[in-house]
Amino acid sequence: MIDKIKDIFNNFFNKFMRKKKDMKIGLYGPPNGGKTTLANRICKDWIGEDMGSVSNVAHETREIQIKEQINIKSKGKELTFNLIDTPGIATKIDYEEFIKAGMKEKEAKKRAKEATKGVIDSIKWLDDMDIVIVVLDSTIDPYSQVNITIIGNLQARKIPVLIAANKIDLKKSKIKKVEAAFPQYPVIGISAKYGKSMDGFYDKLFEVA
Amino acid sequence: MVTLQILPYSEIEHLASLSRIRKILNIAKENKIVLIQGRLKKEEEAELIKTTMEEIDKDFQGIELAVIYPRESKEEGMISNIKNTLINTLLGDRQGLTIVGPASIVKQIKKDPKKIELLTTEKRSISKPKSKPGSAKKRK
Repeated sequence: MIDKIKDIFNNFFNKFMRKKKDMKIGLYGPPNGGKTTLANRICKDWIGEDMGSVSNVAHETREIQIKEQINIKSKGKELTFNLIDTPGIATKIDYEEFIKAGMKEKEAKKRAKEATKGVIDSIKWLDDMDIVIVVLDSTIDPYSQVNITIIGNLQARKIPVLIAANKIDLKKSKIKKVEAAFPQYPVIGISAKYGKSMDGFYDKLFEVA
Repeated sequence: MVTLQILPYSEIEHLASLSRIRKILNIAKENKIVLIQGRLKKEEEAELIKTTMEEIDKDFQGIELAVIYPRESKEEGMISNIKNTLINTLLGDRQGLTIVGPASIVKQIKKDPKKIELLTTEKRSISKPKSKPGSAKKRK
């Protein structure tokens, strides 16, 4: 009973605080899920410019990127927020993987070092988020420990979550599997690259916010 | 050879979060796979990843981590809820198993409702020929 009263009070307080300050919406997930592609898509849709560079090589985003004051509108509703694109969270980083992707040793080592710092920053920033969009590659197994740890941490911090099952343009995409893995959260299948199902994505974002 | 070290929860339960993470990571850095009886808190899992990242260097590429939760009971209702609450109170909501392995040895941990597959990395040592093929011919 006391817990329920606490939750009601916290929810009210959090909603009130979110309106007072600039709302921060974070993009989280493992590397190569399409976080920056989605960030670019949101920025292109609403402010007409890109946010960051994308690559097929993992850990392209190695620093926290912030785009301030994005204003989105849908069905008479309006939402203004700061969008935070975070480096992909991983439990291991081997510079040799970057060499295999065609980089020179020095460049690969530098990228690996920056990537480790990026993961640390992503975890540190978790506490600052008001809403988190977890971006997952819907063509790969969603039951990875990194996904479970990210979502578990958001749950523990009572941060609202929207799961974007990205890359639905690919044949191997399995949204149902993502939905089955995280049944307690709203899941929306999108293709950030081609802008597929983005209207549905914004609707879901309004629901979560 | 792969070494598996079992870590009973009683060995880490009295430790503070950071010391608990330190102990687990130290074992993994000795190139051993750690099987922990119990599981870390979600915040501790994130802290474990953060600490791992801080320590990555040419000899340590990180870890593979898997947490296995106890099978959730399908029976619902007050009795089941009381039972689960009681177990969680007694064990501090730490039921389950945690596997932490160094990334240099464990390539992937696959979880399945009925089995856990631990895929190790394949390291092929290529022995150098004692003498060049050309020089062997010369000796003939």
